[in-house]
Amino acid sequence: MTIPLSQIAHTRSGDKGDTSNIGVIVYDQRDYPLLVRELTAERVKAFFGDMVRGRVERFELPNLGALNFLLHEALGGGGTVSLRIDAQGKTLGAALLRMQISNDE
Amino acid sequence: MIRIANGQGFWGDWLEAPVRLIEQGPIDYLTLDYLAEVTMSILQKQRQADPSLGYARDFPPLIARIAKPMRDRNIRVIANAGGVNPIACAQAVRKLAPDLKIAIVLGDDVLTRIDEFVSKGYPLANLDTGTPISTIRDRILSANAYTGAFPLAEALATGAHIVLVGRAADPALTLGPLIHEFHWAETDWDKLAAGSVAGHMIECSTQTTGGNCQVDWQNIPDLANIGYPIVEAESDGTFVVTKHPGTGGRVHSDIVKEQLLYELGDPKNFIAPDCTADFTTIHLEDVAPDRVRVSGICGRERPANLKLSISYANGWKSIGTLVYSWPQALEKAKVADRIVRTRLKDLHFDEIHTEFFGVNACHGPVAPPVDPPEVQLRIGVRSSDRKAVERFTRELIPLVLSGPPGATGYGDGRPPVREIVAYWPALVPREEIKSSIEVLG
Repeated sequence: MTIPLSQIAHTRSGDKGDTSNIGVIVYDQRDYPLLVRELTAERVKAFFGDMVRGRVERFELPNLGALNFLLHEALGGGGTVSLRIDAQGKTLGAALLRMQISNDE
Repeated sequence: MIRIANGQGFWGDWLEAPVRLIEQGPIDYLTLDYLAEVTMSILQKQRQADPSLGYARDFPPLIARIAKPMRDRNIRVIANAGGVNPIACAQAVRKLAPDLKIAIVLGDDVLTRIDEFVSKGYPLANLDTGTPISTIRDRILSANAYTGAFPLAEALATGAHIVLVGRAADPALTLGPLIHEFHWAETDWDKLAAGSVAGHMIECSTQTTGGNCQVDWQNIPDLANIGYPIVEAESDGTFVVTKHPGTGGRVHSDIVKEQLLYELGDPKNFIAPDCTADFTTIHLEDVAPDRVRVSGICGRERPANLKLSISYANGWKSIGTLVYSWPQALEKAKVADRIVRTRLKDLHFDEIHTEFFGVNACHGPVAPPVDPPEVQLRIGVRSSDRKAVERFTRELIPLVLSGPPGATGYGDGRPPVREIVAYWPALVPREEIKSSIEVLG
């Protein structure tokens, strides 16, 4: 079955220029393999659609039960250039929590 | 063990926080981080208008408030409040707190050296986009190197009450006192990495103690009285993250993890001026309520280059809003947006960006469809042509009378035009940046 990401993980997001970073952390370390399997860079890129014009990179931090995503060209130019209300991508981590993932074995 | 606290995570943070950190418990060092990526450019503009400005103006009156306990309890302050004019900042502090000794760390400001760097063959290309520096050369407003912790440690060795710097790297504010206290060497990579992680942990102030935290946020106690973060550091590079007893907020490994990941790039290569830290080696342990022990951190050699923070003028922008209510709130806002765009179609804009606040401004295509009771139409434009942006500011408000029915929320009138000062990260060989220390008092 599918569940929203929010059921197993929490997030914090921020910016570096026009790149948004989203840290995704499992509540329970036992869900980490599921997170790694389901939350691929390709799926995150597809999830955000045309909001992310560049590539999406993923890094693993098994010691923290976490993945770190870099969403390039995702903030409308970033910093002072961006015309978005969320120019720093502070809410993108929360947006990702809506994503449906499969928790089948 | 030494205690290092952070009392400001950005310029605009809670002004009472540093005072409370001093009043509510023991600390040895108080770090204050005022600078974000674009702050230097704002300060540079202030210095252009008035040569005695260009620093964080919150800082001197704050020091006046805490000068007595600083002296009485030997609490020392490390702050990047100097901005682009640390000497003027120090002089302003001296006027309000004449018996405090201040050590100023200079050498980060390289605005006058850009041509020298280019002539030496350093490309200074934009680190994110690869664009050559020549495209912005005549529009540069400020240029500063992110400097490291060793000059800060040297400044502490003068016995100063306050160490004042411009664009030091944020984690260096914490690493500096650790190097000073524990005599870490320039090649103690693991310890330098640990100190940099400690700095990263507290540099955004309360993001480590329960602020902006998703985990159980409704039940995090007493955010009105939130405690600011403290690291209790040992000479072996391990430390405990905590806050003063009796303050609000929470310190827990879940919260610490969120902050560790904040604004992180490649976790194996967290590049600081003094080392490269590997975040995949960090071990966290909840040892007691509001106490997280951090250990195991490995580091590697420092980078050959230092990062520059360059700011430059990049045209003008304006953002205007109108509010439409039910029924058909979103449809009305969309029609209004089309009218504005039609009226602007013969002008040059780099971008016209429309958001429907209350529908999808934050989450874009991810937001589910709704029939909202009200919507704020938010149109932003930017252009190298100031006149085009000015024209935009005159085209939105008339829709109150001439567009779809029921527009409101125009009380502030025409939106202002703002100059865009943009950020340009670049690299320069570290040998080019020589820090020096000047002592006042």
